[in-house]
Amino acid sequence: MSTTTIFVPRDAAALALGADAVADAIASQIAARGLSAKIVRNGSRGLHRLEPLVEVDVAGARMAYGPVSAADVASLFDAGFLDGKPHPLALGPTDAIPFLARQTRLTFARCGITDPLSLDDYRSHDGFKGLERAIAMAPAEIVREVTESGLRGRGGAGFPTGIKWNTVAGARADRKYIVCNADEGDSGTFADRMIMEGDPFVLIEGMVIAGLAVGATKGYIYIRSEYPHAVATMRAAIDRVRSAGILGRSVLGSGQTFDMEVRVGAGAYVCGEETALLNSLEGKRGIVRAKPPLPALSGLFGKPTVVNNVISLASVPVILHKGAAHYQNFGLGRSRGTIPIQIAGNCRHTGLFETAFGLTLREIVEDIGGGTASGRPIKAVQVGGPLGAYFPPQLFDTVFDYEAFAARDGLVGHAGITVFDDSADMLQMARFAMEFCAIESCGKCTPCRIGSTRGVETLDKIASGIEREKNLELVTDLCNTMKFGSLCALGGFAPYPVMSAITHFPDDFAPARSATAIE
Amino acid sequence: MTPQMRQGDIATTVKAIIADLEDLEGPLLPILHEVQAMFGHIPAEALPMIAEALNISNAEIHGVVTFYHDFRQEPAGRHVLKLCRAEACQSMGSNRVAARLQALLGAEIGETSPDGAVTIEAAYCLGLCSCAPAAMLDGVPLGRLDDEKIIGIFEKVRA
Repeated sequence: MSTTTIFVPRDAAALALGADAVADAIASQIAARGLSAKIVRNGSRGLHRLEPLVEVDVAGARMAYGPVSAADVASLFDAGFLDGKPHPLALGPTDAIPFLARQTRLTFARCGITDPLSLDDYRSHDGFKGLERAIAMAPAEIVREVTESGLRGRGGAGFPTGIKWNTVAGARADRKYIVCNADEGDSGTFADRMIMEGDPFVLIEGMVIAGLAVGATKGYIYIRSEYPHAVATMRAAIDRVRSAGILGRSVLGSGQTFDMEVRVGAGAYVCGEETALLNSLEGKRGIVRAKPPLPALSGLFGKPTVVNNVISLASVPVILHKGAAHYQNFGLGRSRGTIPIQIAGNCRHTGLFETAFGLTLREIVEDIGGGTASGRPIKAVQVGGPLGAYFPPQLFDTVFDYEAFAARDGLVGHAGITVFDDSADMLQMARFAMEFCAIESCGKCTPCRIGSTRGVETLDKIASGIEREKNLELVTDLCNTMKFGSLCALGGFAPYPVMSAITHFPDDFAPARSATAIE
Repeated sequence: MTPQMRQGDIATTVKAIIADLEDLEGPLLPILHEVQAMFGHIPAEALPMIAEALNISNAEIHGVVTFYHDFRQEPAGRHVLKLCRAEACQSMGSNRVAARLQALLGAEIGETSPDGAVTIEAAYCLGLCSCAPAAMLDGVPLGRLDDEKIIGIFEKVRA
């Protein structure tokens, strides 16, 4: 009798919706019925609306069922789901589910498909092909390949990855570092977490390639403490890769040294800013450093350092494997390749959608996202996390592309999209942006440290109807000071959500509101 | 930490943690994490020991401990509930969920309930934005919090 494989995700979003209980129930049923079946705890496919999404391998095709609760499991077995038979939770072949079928998966090609900690699985799904090619290339050729792919930093700043690598490669030093920024703190984002939990080897492979390209011998992955599952999976994956001889004194027998370790943050949002992150890794307060010097020249412990986001590094293996032209072929303008869009908040079809740059915000939110989860009209969409602008429906024709968003006083950021229905109070959201900035400010720059608190107070006055016009002017002026007077994006970008709320949703700041508030 | 654990025991444990980790590059955060994992907080007597071992001042280490939201200087309750307060959860009614949980558990965010059962902490994103509102109870992620799940949290904390 052949053994059937059942996939139950181990991704934190699936766990949050009861995946462990589902896996336990499936294991009990297998035992009780004396069946020949095994459970693989895969990453998430990114269809979070349908998590826990259980899949069965039926003669090489994966059939999906979801969302499954532990209480559904007995009936799934009764219905014959191991043979892909119908059931009220049956979704058909996983790859044919429209949300997945419409995607272009380059970076997330394996996520949700393989066992995240199986090196055999990784290899049989094109794993290490990029690294094998890189080892045969000269360092400068690797850098050129990444530059030509058009890859830009996926953490939010959008700086060309190849140019950064080139600077580090050209720097002379006795040691260089690759630092992976996995301090994914933006609300509405979870792509880094999904890769680390669902395909950790791809991130390791990307970091090793970066090390070969710039001559670095040590890598650190700085993961936020809010992601305990990602920390555990990355650590287990690094151990396996090291045991396999891919990390260590001679990467894949090339004679080049590269090793890495995971470091855990301690709950400071500002450590997602690269220089604060470096200070944190060094054991200091996560205070932002002035630039220059660039981390590429004087970074971790004063040594030349590549600091890249998880998705940037995880996109490198496919670029090296399939070539710069293949990657560059996707996207438009100066935004090349694919971007994992994270659809979150009050939206029907939440999850991760990897696609080439170029969709409009309307296509993402309405066609793919399916509108709000509450069924009420969409009021606003915040793009790019807590420092991103709020877009009203009249701007939904904005194309998903770094420059198009910048032209509308917004930012793509880490590509998180948070949907709000018409019950959202945009004055309160503006206030929250200032409050968040005040809580998380590292304190180095006065406009951010003090301005954020004054911003909260002033917005409270507007909410109470106190000198509304004058205080709106004051907030605008304050935002201007923060934008131009802060060293990093925390103080510098907090004005985006505030000013976009004021500009696009004036009714929420109008006197009528004060009248209701006073009542 | 058990109440019986005396100062001498703390010193022995902290010394062992320092010996284990001091050779790392940038060892301070790993040491602090380990101390907190062992005791549930960073005991005051641990600080001068770490400062001496790493050759940094007491002021510096105090600065680090107080900078990061994760490091506690007082023990937490028996359970720790992290409630996500960020935008994606707000869009799905997390403020209402937080109000309900605070009332049920008898503690505000940032406080420990008087009976020591639970500490409620704010989190600014747990990366569960696609299944909001979200929380984490003793490290276990919880998504799409509704009335039933809120009661589940209450029962677990009060058990």
